[in-house]
Amino acid sequence: MSTISLNEVCMRTLGLENPWSMASYEKIGGYKIWRKIVTEKTPPEQIIEQLKLANLRGRGGAGFPTGLKWSFMSRNTPGQKYVVCNSDEGEPGTFKDRDILRFNPHQVIEGMAIAGYVMGATIGYNYLRGEFIEPFERCEQALNEARAAGLIGKNILGTDLNFELHHFLGAGAYICGEETALLESLEGKKGFPRFKPPFPANYGLYGRPTNINNTESYASVPVILQKGGQWFLDLGVPNNGGTKIFCISGHVNKPGNYEIPLGTPFKTLLEMAGGVRGGKQLKAVIPGGSSVPILPGATMMQLNMDYDSISKAGSMLGSGGVICMDENTDMVKVLERIAYFYYEESCGQCTPCREGTGWLMRTIKRIVSGKGQMRDLELLISVSDNIMGRTICALGDAAAMPVLSFIKHFRSEFEAYIQNG
Amino acid sequence: MVEIEINGKKIEAAQGSMIIEVADQHDVRIPRFCYHKKLSVAANCRMCLVEVGDVRKPLPACATPITQGMKVFTRSKLALDAQRAVMEFLLINHPLDCPVCDQGGECELQDLAMGYGRDVSRFNLGKRAVSDHDVGPLIETEMTRCIHCTRCVRFGKEIAGLHELGVMNRGEHLEISTLVGRAITSELSGNMIDVCPVGALTSKPYRFSARAWELTQRPGIAAHDGVGSYIYAHTIHNEVKRIVPRECEALNETWVSDRDRFSYEGLYHKDRVLTPKIKRNGHWEEVNWSDALAFAAERLRAVSDTQGADALGALASPNSSCEEFYLFQKLMRGLGSAHIDHRLRQHDFSDENQFAAYPHSGVTLTELAKADVILLLGSIVRKEQPIVAHRIRMASLTGATVLVVNPLDDTFQFNVASKQIVPGGDLLLGIAKIAKALVAGSEKIKPSAAIAEFLKDITVDDTAQQQANYLKDAKQAVIFLGALALNHPQAAAIRGMADFIAQHTQTTLGLLCEGANSAGAYLMGAVPHRLPGGQNSTKQGESTQAMVLSEKINAMILLGLEAEYDLAYAHRAQKALKNMQTVIALTAYQTPHLLNYAEVILPITPSAEMAGTFVNMQGDTLAFSALTSPQGQSRPAWKILRVLANLLAIEGFDYQTLEDVQQEIAPHLTTAKPTQRWSFAAPQLELAERLRIAPVPIYAQDPLVRRATALQHTPDAAFGGVRINSAEAQALGLAQALEVLVRQQECEVRLPLVIDEHIPNGAVYLASGIPETRDLDGAYEAIYLEQVVDNHA
Repeated sequence: MSTISLNEVCMRTLGLENPWSMASYEKIGGYKIWRKIVTEKTPPEQIIEQLKLANLRGRGGAGFPTGLKWSFMSRNTPGQKYVVCNSDEGEPGTFKDRDILRFNPHQVIEGMAIAGYVMGATIGYNYLRGEFIEPFERCEQALNEARAAGLIGKNILGTDLNFELHHFLGAGAYICGEETALLESLEGKKGFPRFKPPFPANYGLYGRPTNINNTESYASVPVILQKGGQWFLDLGVPNNGGTKIFCISGHVNKPGNYEIPLGTPFKTLLEMAGGVRGGKQLKAVIPGGSSVPILPGATMMQLNMDYDSISKAGSMLGSGGVICMDENTDMVKVLERIAYFYYEESCGQCTPCREGTGWLMRTIKRIVSGKGQMRDLELLISVSDNIMGRTICALGDAAAMPVLSFIKHFRSEFEAYIQNG
Repeated sequence: MVEIEINGKKIEAAQGSMIIEVADQHDVRIPRFCYHKKLSVAANCRMCLVEVGDVRKPLPACATPITQGMKVFTRSKLALDAQRAVMEFLLINHPLDCPVCDQGGECELQDLAMGYGRDVSRFNLGKRAVSDHDVGPLIETEMTRCIHCTRCVRFGKEIAGLHELGVMNRGEHLEISTLVGRAITSELSGNMIDVCPVGALTSKPYRFSARAWELTQRPGIAAHDGVGSYIYAHTIHNEVKRIVPRECEALNETWVSDRDRFSYEGLYHKDRVLTPKIKRNGHWEEVNWSDALAFAAERLRAVSDTQGADALGALASPNSSCEEFYLFQKLMRGLGSAHIDHRLRQHDFSDENQFAAYPHSGVTLTELAKADVILLLGSIVRKEQPIVAHRIRMASLTGATVLVVNPLDDTFQFNVASKQIVPGGDLLLGIAKIAKALVAGSEKIKPSAAIAEFLKDITVDDTAQQQANYLKDAKQAVIFLGALALNHPQAAAIRGMADFIAQHTQTTLGLLCEGANSAGAYLMGAVPHRLPGGQNSTKQGESTQAMVLSEKINAMILLGLEAEYDLAYAHRAQKALKNMQTVIALTAYQTPHLLNYAEVILPITPSAEMAGTFVNMQGDTLAFSALTSPQGQSRPAWKILRVLANLLAIEGFDYQTLEDVQQEIAPHLTTAKPTQRWSFAAPQLELAERLRIAPVPIYAQDPLVRRATALQHTPDAAFGGVRINSAEAQALGLAQALEVLVRQQECEVRLPLVIDEHIPNGAVYLASGIPETRDLDGAYEAIYLEQVVDNHA
């Protein structure tokens, strides 16, 4: 365990006095890179090169290479452009962005400012989840400090560079964490995801080119640039550069956020979290937030916490929300709760998701209430298949995948409910 | 162009088109609900999922642009599985109440369920129910049937220009709704019924009155505005049950206005007169046709014999057909009178000899899309010509600048770059200011002596300067003169000044005349100064106003109009008619007012019950046939006029069929648009110090629409009261008044007062064409408001 480096990137201010303050942030080299970029006018290509070298992949769940995304939008494209930060952290089991915003808000601001510089966007929005009152206040305070120091606003550090940043508090819809629904919401509209293409890089906020990344992605950028892409890459394993914050919850002794290198064995992570509560057996793990397929505990114990390893096992690293369940867990009831969540949070725009999530939820409820029939299992699989891949955004998939994976791995528990009432 | 393959067939199509568009062009049917060719792409119903090349997931055909070499499969397993799955999802919460649903038999969901649905549902849970909303008198809602395709929402936002419907809540609780308690008010709202693929939005007046498969569909032409929208009438048992649009890209595209859609209700109004009647010794009696016609002929002959043919006058509604206009003028001219007119609400005829063969809109509706500047002069275009307003909106959305010069401020469903709201109804001043700004800005523009003299004392303000700049820089501008300009007492000078501007900028001048067939009226000679074909008449007759006010006319024939609503001077017109020896009304409706001034009622059919021809504002000849046969003993007016002429022994009325008439008028129906030019002369008439601005509300335009029950219950038909601004109210000592005594000429009416800052100084807004004001006098006439003194107070 001693070889595991903890909290090297996004959580690096932890342990300092008032870790969210500008003074603390600057103590560990904060804003150095931003100052350098502003004064030296670093060519944007160099910055993107470092991100590509670092192999930073989107930390919001999809894992899209950040360097590549930043190269889609050019500084030279005329007209207003925007950078947007997705801090609408709503994925069940995920609570990392909240702590980044609470304990290291300046690093997000610096990351967004750099993004604005690279892509020629002079306005940035950080869209925070509606319940994030404390993080919102920390962010506002940090923004005021950065503004006062001339790091954000007009004529940054006396140069001709401008970058204005705004914090925006959502209104409590899970769907607004979907990037295009977030943009709609930011425009003051109903949070309905947009059909892609066009992608935000071409048609984003107010129809203008927009870059949108997750909080953790932006917050990783200053450190990568400060210490070099190679350094970041070396923290992780090939094709999975850097560290990742894992939010361990469920039946473990020390639930919480652990920022560890990608590729760390799950076993090690579980040990760091104090192991399963009460010394019980690990029955199952949802490795990346409630949307991704569940994996049996035994499978998980063989895996490493990186994109490729989890993906090979049939699930996804997702947002890093690791939900652990012990041997006493009723998997049917867990699925009932998850299905209810997606039923409640579907925006209702596309037919399969609007109609299908309710159908799934009610069918599972019926099984739980003892009125299920064997054919309900085939129905659940069929309805899930019919939602998968047929909706505008990924919420449909997110609702379907848990159902399919729960039945795949824990079919006997469903059958027991049906047979025994 | 790129080449793609759909179901193995090679197809060339324009780059950037969506798969569904290309498929539609080549008759490959892809099922869909949310897609509509005139609306933006929503891609939310997921019914049009198809297989594309190597893509693992099915893609929505409505939102997937074609690319070179793309291979599309619309009926592969992947595609069909997806389409069937979506259909299953759509049906689980749909009530499947087709037997009691008006949409049954013409329902897109029902049709596609036949192809993609299962025979037995796998869904055995309770269905969702949604409460309905009262969105007004035209649209019935049954929101449980809604499949959330958002076509209606997008129609409102994109076409109607009013965001009146929206999506509320989320997920399964999604609902289409208005803002709390609001009705849908768009004058194009009925189209939401058509775009709704299910029975969620249906026609309220039509509700439960027929089944789609029992109806007969007949093509027709709408008879309320200058567009002549293509329509279909759906009839059963010789009764029009509803009107829907008939696609015509050049005119109404896939839409019709609510006026065109719902006015059919007026056909069956209790006012409809179905038997000939004559007044003997002050009492009305029903008679047969031959007695009625003989009586009418005898009365006309009596006046003509004693006072000469010049004592005979004729007024026709601008909604009459060409055949009617033609026979009507032929009858009058055969009797020796040239007093015939259809320009019922106009005041100023001084430039009538400068008119081209017929008045027209200058540009066609399709050409309007190319205009970069559009100036509306005296027009509440939304209410006058809803389809034209829609076209202006489309032009504005693609970058055209819209300017307005109006005698009152009104809302538009498009952006207006600059508004000149002229006080005291002085439209001439408004347009002259623009002219002055143009003259001042360029030495090349040489105004005529009359214009130079008129512009001498005029000062240009910022708004006029701005409007002049837009016109000066325009590549293709259009000035539309609306009803408020055409019916203005200084209309000739306004036309002259507008024409001067048009001459010196890249501008086309067009008139938006009232009625369905103003152009046809000119071409048929239903004007006192022109013969059929637009030739000048050697014998100049009197215009509408002179006929009504000169006291020289002693026998009047009215065709399809109601003096108290349709004539410019409602009060004086009724009085004049009452004093005449005889008034012969060819009318579809009787009213107490009509019974008072008329002596003979000859029941005619509205255009829905006869064949005929209209010429619309852009000069298209639009022939139509009857939608149903005539009710009762009513007859098409052309037949009545023919027999009347025979009884009066006028030659040339030996027509056996309507085709005989049409053959005779055919040479006069020119297709080329004549050039319109007017030269300016200073107006003879000065405007009153405080005058009445009296637009005709959208649902008061003609006798038929005035009797369309549902339309009469819309907010547009509600009486708006007497409107003045607060400063005027203060000046008149009416700041606290709720009611006022309105005086015009010697008539006096007590009406509610509304303070409205949209009305400029020197103007009193009080609509005409409505029961509340039928005993008052004309538009742009002096009007006096006084405090009501209640004796019992």
